Amino acid sequence: MTLLSIRDLTVHHGLLRAVDGLSLDLERGEVLAIIGANGAGKSTLLRALAGLDSPTSGTVHLADRDITRHPAHRRVSAGIALVPEGRRLFRSLTVEENLLTGTYRRRPGPWSLERIYELFPWMTERRRQNAAQLSGGEQQAVAIGRALLSNPDLLLVDELSLGLAPVIVRRIYEALPEIVAAGTTALIVEQDVSQAMRVADRVHCLLEGRSVLAGRPAELTSEQVEHAYFGIGD
Amino acid sequence: MQWINALVQGLLLGGLYALFATGLSLMFGVMRIVNLAHGDLAVVASFLALALVGGTGLPLWVVIVVTVPLFALLGYLTQRVLLQGSLSSGPMATLLVTFGLSIVLQNVLLEIFSADTRTLDSGSFATSSFHLGPITVGWLPLVTFLLAGAVLAGIGVFLSRTGLGRMLRASSDDRETASLVGADSRHVYGVATAIAFATVALAGLMFAVRSSFDPATGPSRLIFAFEAVVIGGLGSLWGTLLGGIVLGVTQSIGSQIDPAMTLLAGHLVFLAVLAFRPQGLLAGRTA
Repeated sequence: MTLLSIRDLTVHHGLLRAVDGLSLDLERGEVLAIIGANGAGKSTLLRALAGLDSPTSGTVHLADRDITRHPAHRRVSAGIALVPEGRRLFRSLTVEENLLTGTYRRRPGPWSLERIYELFPWMTERRRQNAAQLSGGEQQAVAIGRALLSNPDLLLVDELSLGLAPVIVRRIYEALPEIVAAGTTALIVEQDVSQAMRVADRVHCLLEGRSVLAGRPAELTSEQVEHAYFGIGD
Repeated sequence: MQWINALVQGLLLGGLYALFATGLSLMFGVMRIVNLAHGDLAVVASFLALALVGGTGLPLWVVIVVTVPLFALLGYLTQRVLLQGSLSSGPMATLLVTFGLSIVLQNVLLEIFSADTRTLDSGSFATSSFHLGPITVGWLPLVTFLLAGAVLAGIGVFLSRTGLGRMLRASSDDRETASLVGADSRHVYGVATAIAFATVALAGLMFAVRSSFDPATGPSRLIFAFEAVVIGGLGSLWGTLLGGIVLGVTQSIGSQIDPAMTLLAGHLVFLAVLAFRPQGLLAGRTA
């Protein structure tokens, strides 16, 4: 069953056509990774899906509801949660308070504070600490927990691995199967191509705002991906 | 002994300054709006109460109970109708809007109530006092202080314990990310302004019982709020309380030295903080 359906979506970032007539479908329970070089329009796409940037044209449907013009806070109720680039935790709030902001527009679902603490056990003893005192990887985990606590149908993750050590990234991605098993669909944007290929059911490669390659990781050769990523050939 | 007395009177006055400054601090902390009409709003509340007492003959405490929620509602509407639109045009636009509001309010008050100086009469309560050892403590300053403390503590609990309060602090940190977890910034801002207006109304009524006011009193009151906020540290509720108390105690001790020193002493402490500790005494954490 299709959860998210994007049709001919164009988003401008200033004068730049950051996303250019993109169409994309996402099935329930799937993990889709979007890869692409810097400036390919990946983050703009996610921001448009979360309602932070408004599209110039095209439509976005979530479970057959047109949400193209909904503002960000209404999309949370509709079932979309974005883990923003750079984590963006609330600096003056504690770890637990950061997580609790995710419950403000809580939908019914499997995720609760206890469940997040089970997913990331280290958080329990650090919950009273200020969020700004955490390491980058820990902040990323809190940002994911915060997003999950609204019980989204669709979890958007922007540049999870940015600025983090590979071992930390791997550890955070280890939580992904459990998140998907709980019924959440994930759309992740990833610059680390090999990491994306490892965790995703399908990948889309963006180049200048258009999808130039799509498929299952097993069916794509590294040469195809390389060409799509850098825009070489054809 | 008169020095201890000055200290106690200053402490009690400081609670009122803190309550008065809270709204200014909250609106700046959450929305980055410097509300230049803050002092005038306190005066509007005073005149409104004066008109209500005169018009209906209701006791003062009933009028206070009516005026404060009315101002909260007024605050919410002011944010949604007047300030929200100017927010997207940058800080200069909101400054101009609140400056304009300040002038309009002063002139409307002048038109309706004339330039006469008034006081809110609370009967014998305003002058009654009790002895605490060698010190005489007025009931009015004490009740004012306790009420201010209770209101500040209540706001503190609201900000730290409730979902909406957390959203206020989250929006203050990062508005865009707060919208990602479902905060409708217009509503959150409305609530922040409602709290600001309610506290400024309450403070305005207490000022009105303590001392006289006229339509042009607002700006000179505003400076006290600014000083309390800057001394305490921007965006910190407990900093504002500390700032208010420091200001109150300084003024009280200043007047003990020489009555003409009252306001000057406060301004000097304010200047010293700006020069040597511009982040305020309790800087850092929001709320």
